[in-house]
Amino acid sequence: MPQLIIADFSPQLVWLVISFVALFFVMSKVALPRIGEVLEARQERVTSDLEKAESLRGEADDAIKAYETALAEARASAHNTAQAARDEMNTKAEAKRGEVEAKLAGQLAEADARIAAAREEAVGHIRTVASDTAKTVASRLIGVDLDDAAIEAAVAGSMTEGN
Amino acid sequence: MSAEKHSPLAQFEIKRFVDIDIAGVDASFTNSSLWMIITIVAITLMLTLSMRGRAMVPGRWQSVAELSYEFIANMLRENVGSEGRKFFPFVFSLFMFILFSNMLGLIPYSFTSTSHIIVTFGMAIVVFLGVTLIGIIRHKGKFLSLFVPSGVPAVLLLLLVPIELISYLTRPVSLALRLFANMMAGHTLLKVFGGFVVALGMFGVFPLVAIVALYGLELIVAFLQAYVFTVLTCLYLNDAIHLHH
Repeated sequence: MPQLIIADFSPQLVWLVISFVALFFVMSKVALPRIGEVLEARQERVTSDLEKAESLRGEADDAIKAYETALAEARASAHNTAQAARDEMNTKAEAKRGEVEAKLAGQLAEADARIAAAREEAVGHIRTVASDTAKTVASRLIGVDLDDAAIEAAVAGSMTEGN
Repeated sequence: MSAEKHSPLAQFEIKRFVDIDIAGVDASFTNSSLWMIITIVAITLMLTLSMRGRAMVPGRWQSVAELSYEFIANMLRENVGSEGRKFFPFVFSLFMFILFSNMLGLIPYSFTSTSHIIVTFGMAIVVFLGVTLIGIIRHKGKFLSLFVPSGVPAVLLLLLVPIELISYLTRPVSLALRLFANMMAGHTLLKVFGGFVVALGMFGVFPLVAIVALYGLELIVAFLQAYVFTVLTCLYLNDAIHLHH
C-alpha cells in the first residue's frame, strides 16, 4: 500500500505545511476580509433601506393625516362661508323687503289720501252743482229766486239722506 | 512494473518530481505537492476572482464564495458560539483545503492528497494539539475536568476517567482515519470498476454505469467528509472553550 511507505511521509508533511500555511494566510488576509466586507456592506444597505422605507412610510402617514385635517378644515370653512353668505343674503333680503313694504305702504297711504281728497272735492263739486242746478231749475220752473242758504241746506239734507 | 500499473492502488503512489533536501529533511516536490499547490491556487482564485466585482447583488461565482463563507461561519457559530470567530480563518481554510483536495482528486488522472493517511493525520494532529492547547491556556488545571463526568459516583470514576481519556486521545486517529479511509476506498472502488470495464469488453457497459453512479456517490462523500472533519473540529473546539460535557 503506497500510503504506508514511511519514506514518503516527510515530503508530504512538508508540502502540507507549506500549502496549508500559504492558504491560511491568503484566506485570513485577503479572501475572507473581502467577502466579509461585501456581506457586511450588503447587510448595512439592507438595514438602511429598511429604515428609509420605514421613515418614508411615516412621512406618507403624516402627509395623509395633514391632508385629512386640511380637507376637514376646508370643509368646515366652506360650510361657514356658505352659512355666512346665506345669513347675509337673508338679512339683506329682509331689509329690502321692509324697505319696499314701507315704500309701498307710504304710496298706498298717499293714494288713499289722494282718493279721499278727490272724493271730498268731488262731493264738494256735486254739492255746488246740485245747488246751482236746483237754483236754476227753481228759477226756470217757478220763477222764484231761492235763497242760497236754503238751497244748500236742502241739498245737504238730501245728500245725507241719499247716502 | 506493468502489474503494478494495473493495480487499483497504483493511483496512490507518490512520484518525486524534484528531489529537495532541506537540512536532512526530505522535502521533495511530488505529485502530492503538486496537487496541494493546485488545490490552494484553485481556492484562492475562486474566492478572489469571484469577489472582484464586490457586487451588491452577487453573481453566480460570488454567490458560491459568499455561500461557503456563510456556511462555515454559521457552522462555527452554532457549534462554538461567538468565541469561535477567532478561529474562523483556520476552520474555513481547513474545510476548503479538504473539500478541494477531495473534489480535485475526482478528476481522472489527478491525485488525491487527502487519500494519504499521513496528510489527514497531519491535519488531525494539528487540530488535536491546537484544541488541547487552547483548552489548557483558557482553563489551566480545570481543563482536566473534561475527563471527569459530573454526577457520577467516585467508584465509577476510576473506570470512566481512563475511558474518557482514551476517547479523547483517539480523536485525532479517528478524525484522520475517517477521511483517509473514505477517500482511499472510493478511489480504489472506482479504479476496480474501471478495470472491469476494460476486462469485460462489450459487457463493460454495465460496470461503466456503476462507475457513473459511484462517481456521483463519491462527489457526495467528498463534500460530506470535508464537512464531517470540519464539524468535528468545531465540536472539539467547543469542548476546549466551554468544557461542558
